Amino acid sequence: MFKWFGKVNFSPYTKVSDFAQHLKDGRLMGSRCKKCGATSFPPRADCGKCLSGDFEFVEISGKAVLHTYTKIVAAPTGFEDVVPYTVGVVDLKEGGRLLAWIGESIAEKEIKIGMDLQVVPRIFEELEEIKVYYSLEKPGTTWGRASEGGAA
Amino acid sequence: MARVVIIGIGHGVFGRRSDATVQELAFEAFRAAIEDAGIERDLIDASVIGSVPEYHKQRSLSGVVQEYLGLNPKPVWLTEVACASGSAAIRTAWMSIKAGVHKVVAVVGCQKMTELTTPEILALMGRVGEVQWESIFGTTFPAYYAMFAQRHMHEFGTTHEQMLQVAVKNHHYGSMNPCALFQKEITMEKALASELVATPFNVYDCCANADGAACVILADEATAKKLSKKTVWLDGMGAATASMSVLRRPDLVGLPSAQEAARVAYAMAGVKADDINVAEVHDCFTIAEIMAYEDLGFCKRGEGGKFIEERRTYIGGKVAVNVDGGLKSKGHPIGSTGVSMTVEIAKQLRGEAGERQVPGAGVGLTHNVGGIGQYTFVQVLRRE
Repeated sequence: MFKWFGKVNFSPYTKVSDFAQHLKDGRLMGSRCKKCGATSFPPRADCGKCLSGDFEFVEISGKAVLHTYTKIVAAPTGFEDVVPYTVGVVDLKEGGRLLAWIGESIAEKEIKIGMDLQVVPRIFEELEEIKVYYSLEKPGTTWGRASEGGAA
Repeated sequence: MARVVIIGIGHGVFGRRSDATVQELAFEAFRAAIEDAGIERDLIDASVIGSVPEYHKQRSLSGVVQEYLGLNPKPVWLTEVACASGSAAIRTAWMSIKAGVHKVVAVVGCQKMTELTTPEILALMGRVGEVQWESIFGTTFPAYYAMFAQRHMHEFGTTHEQMLQVAVKNHHYGSMNPCALFQKEITMEKALASELVATPFNVYDCCANADGAACVILADEATAKKLSKKTVWLDGMGAATASMSVLRRPDLVGLPSAQEAARVAYAMAGVKADDINVAEVHDCFTIAEIMAYEDLGFCKRGEGGKFIEERRTYIGGKVAVNVDGGLKSKGHPIGSTGVSMTVEIAKQLRGEAGERQVPGAGVGLTHNVGGIGQYTFVQVLRRE
């Protein structure tokens, strides 16, 4: 059900479709190649190292460090109602990077490159259809606590 | 192997061209290039169109352009690598001449962007990021470069004011370019006060969407010597790529595709960064020009901010950069931009750039980036 992933989803069909189901259940998953063991986040079905198509999901901690960020004021179609929002790129503890909104547990003036963050699975609770995503929050923030505040 | 030569150049007016269709824009640049080359249209063996098709209502643009330019039944094809489509078109024309398939090839960069609204363009451009994992968070094209800017500031102490000095320089030279969208100088005060787009960028950090076309006519060495006296030599042709997703880049302070394309182009032409007298670099955002100084080796990594602050890229500095106004002042009709760069360098090497002429320019360079550095093309051009 990859169409669940993102406020606006552009790629509903993918070999890593179960990622969104895991995210809905509160788990953040990367991928591991069953043949050579190479890991990846974002997950990929086909190994970039040995070309094998045999992969498995592995849960990652979501512990991360902020690499860079920007506050977007001029929004593209489909995001006008959430503007302004801040996106950050983080280096994940287990390797790989992730891009997401910086959530409401962090005040704008606290944002600093190099700060520790936690990637938290989220659901858009104000939307009727199922829409999942993840946000960047203060370390220690849990899924339940973060989702109380609604969308970032 | 025989060299490939630019024998004709043409440049249309860039701007919000609600007066013309995309093929009419292409015609302006093509007619100017044919007149400049002083050749009959029948001599053209093939044409290559650099354009990004998503912006046009007309499907399969090459067909309508080829017909309107009166080039049927000669072959035509389109190249697309986002904002580097123009240089990709020049590269395929160069390849076809090198291979001996064609002798004279017209390259037309043409784009009409204003058929779409600004939010539609923002959405379309944001999707040059990876749509599966990034665009779902409403990323935009300025936002990506803004994140490079933030990281550059963090690692090297580059300042927003240094970035805006790029804008001030490019608008200064753009005021002397009759084909530019903005032909006005700007002050630092005005640039600093403009509206926020994505931190740290405000409006003056960003180039503007535009309509327009540019054209170059290429020929093999023997044909060029027969046809033309105004020759410019296309001696170094570098091209390289980097991951679509910025999440998979080694760092976010430079463009690995630009570094690799420059290495290839310098080696092919047998020159070093220090030999370049005049350069056109892809300043879609102010930080992009600062990173280009570093990626091309004009200065060391991390010193790009200081390089513009010390005015080293003005005429009379170490290397004159974007003295036609760059994307910042000309506007950025994305498929046309790469061809526009080559036109300007050819003009500079021919000594025909008027009040913005770089004295004695003998070796020039273009640096045309597609997307957020997914593709970069670097050309080294010579007067002799």
